Amino acid sequence: MSIGHIGHTLLGLLESGPRHGYDLKRAFDEKFGHDRPLHYGQVYSTMSRLLKNGLVEVDAIEAGGGPERKRYAITDAGITDVDRWLATPEKPEPYLQSTLYTKVVLALLTGRNAADILDTQRAEHLRSMRILTDRKRQGDLADQLICDHALFHLEADLRWLELTAARLGKLREAVAR
Amino acid sequence: MTPPPGSLLAAQDLHKAYGATKALDGAEFSIHPGEVVAVMGPSGSGKSTLLHCLAGIVVPDSGSITYDGRELATMSDAQRSALRRNEFGFVFQFGQLVPELTCVENVALPLRLSGTSRKEAERAALTWMERLEVEDVAGQRPGEVSGGQGQRVAVARALVTRPRVIFADEPTGALDSLNGERVMELFTDAARSTNAAVVLVTHEARVAAYSDREIVVRDGKSRDMERAL
Repeated sequence: MSIGHIGHTLLGLLESGPRHGYDLKRAFDEKFGHDRPLHYGQVYSTMSRLLKNGLVEVDAIEAGGGPERKRYAITDAGITDVDRWLATPEKPEPYLQSTLYTKVVLALLTGRNAADILDTQRAEHLRSMRILTDRKRQGDLADQLICDHALFHLEADLRWLELTAARLGKLREAVAR
Repeated sequence: MTPPPGSLLAAQDLHKAYGATKALDGAEFSIHPGEVVAVMGPSGSGKSTLLHCLAGIVVPDSGSITYDGRELATMSDAQRSALRRNEFGFVFQFGQLVPELTCVENVALPLRLSGTSRKEAERAALTWMERLEVEDVAGQRPGEVSGGQGQRVAVARALVTRPRVIFADEPTGALDSLNGERVMELFTDAARSTNAAVVLVTHEARVAAYSDREIVVRDGKSRDMERAL
């Protein structure tokens, strides 16, 4: 059963010591959840999968006024799993299914203004880059690295937009064939 | 032609040809005080010519450029020179510092040329060098400092006269991205603090992202990207 990148991350966070689900969520959100904090439901469903796979165990159960609170600890199998996950390279995105490319070709095929489509997209990209740059200026090192990752990707898109704008004439001839 | 309301510097329907090559072919531009506008476009698109026309360095063949309500074309060469010296600041890619002078003397130079005493000019220069975080290299010559430090010294020099418009042509073009970003951060912060308008020519989107808006120049024509949305 795949535990997904959230599963691996929660496992990794458990390596420093046992934690309750609530603490795990808080640690995750603080370090990685800038834009998308975890839902409690996600945490508990992930933990039950990790438990089923033997990657964590319940270290203690606290009975309080409310529902029981389980404290989870990572197992040896869990540590091996984190090791393996970290050592496995991520598959680079091929970026071959581009909606933008489709839009540009469709515009050319139907006699619409493809340059306008590229310009509109360019303006939207640069707007996102401004927001990220601003956030980066005000953020800590973690924020800067996260924003840089996004900025470099947007920059690559923008280069593609520029290159395509410069090649529109040739592309128009090619799609007309 | 009337410039857009509130604009400090504006150009309308600019044309400029070098022989048979049309560098500008109906370009438009406007900027407000305190605004940073990026001018982008492929090499040879006319973006540097636009900057040179706006700064009064190159005279366009036709079209109108107004600065603070005054038409540039009606000014004499001497008046345009005075404008460049007193109200405009410039930052280029490289080669703008005088190698024989120390960094603080370089920054103080525009003030010295307009008659400020050495002591006062260097005191003002040091204040700007602190803002740009290069006060440590005040006594060194440009050849002895890093590219990023040299560029920050150049920015301090552009700001020392408190110009109302700063023209920056690829100001980070010779720097790696970390140094380039630091220059842009300090540069835009300093310019905004004095309410100066910045005309920023760049081909790098990451540099343009420090601006408030961008215009793109292609084949001598400009497009305001705000209107593209």
